[in-house]
Amino acid sequence: MKNATPKPQPVPQPESDRYWEGLKNEEIWLQRSKATSEFQFYPRNFSISDPETGEEGIEWVQASGKAELFTFAIVHAAPHMSFVGDVPYITALVQLEEDVIVPTNIVGITPEPESLQIGMALKPVFEHDSDGQTLLKFTPA
Amino acid sequence: MPNIQRLKNLSGQAYIVGVGESNKLGKVPEKSPLAHHSEAAINALDDAGFELSDVDALFTAGWSTLDVAEYLGIQPRYTDSTSVGGSSFVIHVAHALAAIAAGYCEVALITHGQSGRSDRAPIPRNPGTPMVQYEAPYGIIGPPVSYAMAARRYMHQYGEDRTRQAMAEIAVSTRKWANLNPMAYFYDKPTTFDDYHNSKWVAWPFHLLDCCLVTDAGAAIVITTPERAKNAKNGSVKILGAGEGHDHSGISQMPDLTSAFGRHTGPQALEMAGVSHSDIDLAMIYDSFTYTALVSLENLGFCGPGEGPDFVASQRTAPGGDFPMNTNGGGLSYTHPGMYGIFTVVEAARQLRGQAGERQLEDCNLAVAHGTGGLLSSTGTVVLGAN
Repeated sequence: MKNATPKPQPVPQPESDRYWEGLKNEEIWLQRSKATSEFQFYPRNFSISDPETGEEGIEWVQASGKAELFTFAIVHAAPHMSFVGDVPYITALVQLEEDVIVPTNIVGITPEPESLQIGMALKPVFEHDSDGQTLLKFTPA
Repeated sequence: MPNIQRLKNLSGQAYIVGVGESNKLGKVPEKSPLAHHSEAAINALDDAGFELSDVDALFTAGWSTLDVAEYLGIQPRYTDSTSVGGSSFVIHVAHALAAIAAGYCEVALITHGQSGRSDRAPIPRNPGTPMVQYEAPYGIIGPPVSYAMAARRYMHQYGEDRTRQAMAEIAVSTRKWANLNPMAYFYDKPTTFDDYHNSKWVAWPFHLLDCCLVTDAGAAIVITTPERAKNAKNGSVKILGAGEGHDHSGISQMPDLTSAFGRHTGPQALEMAGVSHSDIDLAMIYDSFTYTALVSLENLGFCGPGEGPDFVASQRTAPGGDFPMNTNGGGLSYTHPGMYGIFTVVEAARQLRGQAGERQLEDCNLAVAHGTGGLLSSTGTVVLGAN
């Protein structure tokens, strides 16, 4: 079934342009604090682990793509008209090797609880849509 | 950090004197959200024996107090549109206590009105928020999906089967209370454990019967000084303790999916009131989902982390159980228009004044009302005492 209603598209903000542009090239770019070496997601105009240094305290680092499943749900009742044709689908929070959690979908497996184990290894899938936007999804590694 | 000594001085310096719902709850397409605000306001003021013209402070969420005051035709001298989800109205009770004690106002009106089921003009999401930017494109939209992911993490940490059993216990016990409340959406409809386990999936691990209703409804609360409370028509309830706060907005930013902010607001409210958990006669715990109530009991300190399933076992929270919870039938079975928090306070006040009809508890002297807002994001807790 085709979705008549368009899906919500990310509206990149100035501090997140680099993240979304990176996904288009199939790269995951994250912010890291120069002082504490802690990564953060989502991108901000300062590091929450070193607020005082402001924008100067941040560097962008490419993530490895290695990830584990932190938690998930299997959506049966579409929460928005644009997802009516997608149910059931898997939403998830995924922990990257860099110790940040990203919201995402797990794709390429049957959307049943038995297909998913918390802690299972995942790898990224870059989904390019027709509007030129790219979403970061995951599938079992 | 909150100054508990100063908060203890604030304890009991304002009283709830009136509560009320809008005239009809459930499916009410013939009424606008603002009409639910105004009906509830008039009903709560009538319960108090006060007039709209007595009101000098207005509190609301979801709407701006500008719009609600204009619709009501009042000109408040104290105004508070704090809007942090369904917990907001519980937080307003605390704000009203502080404003009255400080002298900003004498008669505070908190209103709520929402047509979650029939709204002709639902509130749009702001695409600039991080939650919409990073979560919505993946279909992580709205409460069921987000709370389901939190519940799944809880199951991983504390056991899937016992968590499932606890969620079923809460769904069934809450429905039993609704069956005693004529205002409840499911007043005439009992439910069984089989009904729970056979209900369809909304967002696994949530069955339909893990999820709150989606209704049209309004409610209001009138709060005043201890002196003016002497004139209250139907008695009054003391506001003894309070706490509020939040630690994230979108679910992917929640620091710990099994610990909402009640871990701070519960202990603070009880300490301010000078009471302990075992003193509490009634727990009104926002149940947007069965999981919300389960995890809130732990966060508030009624039991330890992971102990919730044992705490609610064997219908302990049902009528006749020794820990009555959500005696109005809760968001699960009474009403839930979207931001339900105000109804926890309305029911607590009724129980403490001995006006809860067939579901009235014996010897109800102390109640906790606890609201959770957003995506387990914010909480507001109040301790209320019979007067």
